[in-house]
Amino acid sequence: MTTDPAPAPQRKKRNFALLSSRAGAAFLTPAGILVSVFVIFPFFWVIFVSFTNRTLIGRTALNPEFVGFANYLALFDPATFFQRGQFGFSLILTTQFVLASALIGQALLGLLLAWLIQTVPPTIKRITETFVIAAWILPEVVIGFAWFAFLDRDQGTLNMLLESVGLPPGDFLLDQPFWVIVVFNTWRGAAFSMMLFNSAFSSIPPSYFQAADVAGASSWQKFRDIGLPLIRGHIVTDLILITMWTFNTFTPFLLTNGGPSYRTELVSIYNYRVAFQDFQFGKGAAVGVIMMLINLAFALVYLSLGRKKAPKS
Amino acid sequence: MASVEFRNVTKSFGLFTAVADVSFDIGDGEFVCLLGPSGCGKTTSLRMIAGLETPTSGEILIGGREVTHLHPKDRNIAMVFQDYALYPHMNLADNIAYPLKVRGEPVDKRHGRAKEVADVLKIGHLMDRLPSQISGGQQQRTSLARALVYPAQVYLFDEPLSNLDAKLRLEARGFLNHLQRDMGMTAVYVTHDQAEAMALATRIAVMDQGRIVQYASPIEIYRRPATTFVANFVGNPPMNLIEAEGTNRDGRLALKADGLTIADLPITDVIGKALSNSPKLTLGVRPEHLSIADTETGNRLTAPLFANENMGPESLVTVDRQGSRVTARIFTDDHLSLGETVTLGFSTEHIHLFDSMGNRIPAVGE
Repeated sequence: MTTDPAPAPQRKKRNFALLSSRAGAAFLTPAGILVSVFVIFPFFWVIFVSFTNRTLIGRTALNPEFVGFANYLALFDPATFFQRGQFGFSLILTTQFVLASALIGQALLGLLLAWLIQTVPPTIKRITETFVIAAWILPEVVIGFAWFAFLDRDQGTLNMLLESVGLPPGDFLLDQPFWVIVVFNTWRGAAFSMMLFNSAFSSIPPSYFQAADVAGASSWQKFRDIGLPLIRGHIVTDLILITMWTFNTFTPFLLTNGGPSYRTELVSIYNYRVAFQDFQFGKGAAVGVIMMLINLAFALVYLSLGRKKAPKS
Repeated sequence: MASVEFRNVTKSFGLFTAVADVSFDIGDGEFVCLLGPSGCGKTTSLRMIAGLETPTSGEILIGGREVTHLHPKDRNIAMVFQDYALYPHMNLADNIAYPLKVRGEPVDKRHGRAKEVADVLKIGHLMDRLPSQISGGQQQRTSLARALVYPAQVYLFDEPLSNLDAKLRLEARGFLNHLQRDMGMTAVYVTHDQAEAMALATRIAVMDQGRIVQYASPIEIYRRPATTFVANFVGNPPMNLIEAEGTNRDGRLALKADGLTIADLPITDVIGKALSNSPKLTLGVRPEHLSIADTETGNRLTAPLFANENMGPESLVTVDRQGSRVTARIFTDDHLSLGETVTLGFSTEHIHLFDSMGNRIPAVGE
């Protein structure tokens, strides 16, 4: 609209130092050692273990053998791939879980809430935000137990509420375990999407919506024609982030233990069971490596989109 | 087209009263400018007509229909915003046609209509561009086109020219003036630029601290400002105001102020009444009514020269009276040097008098 800003002066190379290089190195060493021991070494260790038949007990505990791609081939064995309790089953389950609870549940609910609180009085807006964020910041274990107590068949709050209005109680954890964790994860994570979309909507100049008001647009038209297109970048960011988080989430384990009969065994839970309940470290590590690759793919998509998004006035 | 009426409208934000018990009416086909400094309540008044703000009390009528609590979309109005409010993700055609889109017009029909309006505003060749790809003046015309694309009862303008550079602003002002007279539209126009208000309005409402100080035609406001506030706000440069102590000298008004001589001003009943309340008066003279006096007779003001600015056709000659400055628009090229004592003369018919409260004392025949 106005003149072009002068090109930003090239950032000068720092020609001074707060510390001598030696002192700097000394300060960096402890962090470096910690990162190496707990992040970098395990990263490569997992990749190495995934090519062995290492277990916790038995002959291969002490003398694991190098087995090549045997662990990976076992995971992708077409004969058992789709069977309950196998890798493929849990991968498909996780995909459904991500679609239902993250992309549809969290993102859609978050978007709806964010849009609705744009127009309500500030008090209601603050109360809504507080409740939604409370669901997000509470510790996982507390949430897990609270939901367990909520859904319990005999003493659960939900059944009490249902009975009080004359509806039949149900054993939700047993009968609808998948939908329980979907609702749970939606409830748990909608806050993030809401906050992100809320700040995105707030960054749109109010005159855009006022001009639409004066022109005669309805609330839905304003959402479809102005609100949604202008926060498209935020939506992409949000979808990728919550996809990654939901893909890796372990919290549903606290509710269902991955059961009944593997019906809520997401890949993270499958990984945990293989490695730390069946004690097949080699196979578990292979699952971990595959998850890592899937996450890497998400991250690359995210980073490339972030780079493409040219900041506009 | 329709009329607009304010009936005892008050708008408060918490403890702050933005608009205080304002009543006025805008006739069908009138172009009314709300003029005043920032924070005077002019934009709030406009937004209440649009329905973007709701009055705390009072009533607003558009075309005789009470609309005080009606949603903007049900008022059938059009508005041009200060920041233009163009949608950055839509090209010009979609931006201009948006009001028709929400009215459910089919795409070829609404784009056809948008093109018609755009052609009138000379932006018809830019229909495929995004707002970020056109100049500020073109953006301004795009937002104007969006307001003109559908028939509205009242057209509202919220400082639409304030983001343009001086030359474009003059051009856009002339165009708006022509357009309004041509279409006969009812327009309410908010501005803090008195020149814009003078040039465009059929009537100007000068506002100060949430109240309308004067509501009259531009020429009336220029010739007979109701208060010192109006006098000081309208005109470029504004009217010179000289505080003085008035006394009755044999039926003639004598004003005691540095370097000021009033030759012959009979004390009328109204002046006498003002004097009996308080001897403190304010004398007002417009810069264009001052000239360099070569005789020591008549009304005159003598003070050392402070600045002499040549503007081309005229010069702005400013003299300094111990801190309070008086400016004259002189249409001759007199060579004056700094510090030189200058005598400025003015005729009695150009004298404005204000009482101690700052209200105008009517001259003979007003």
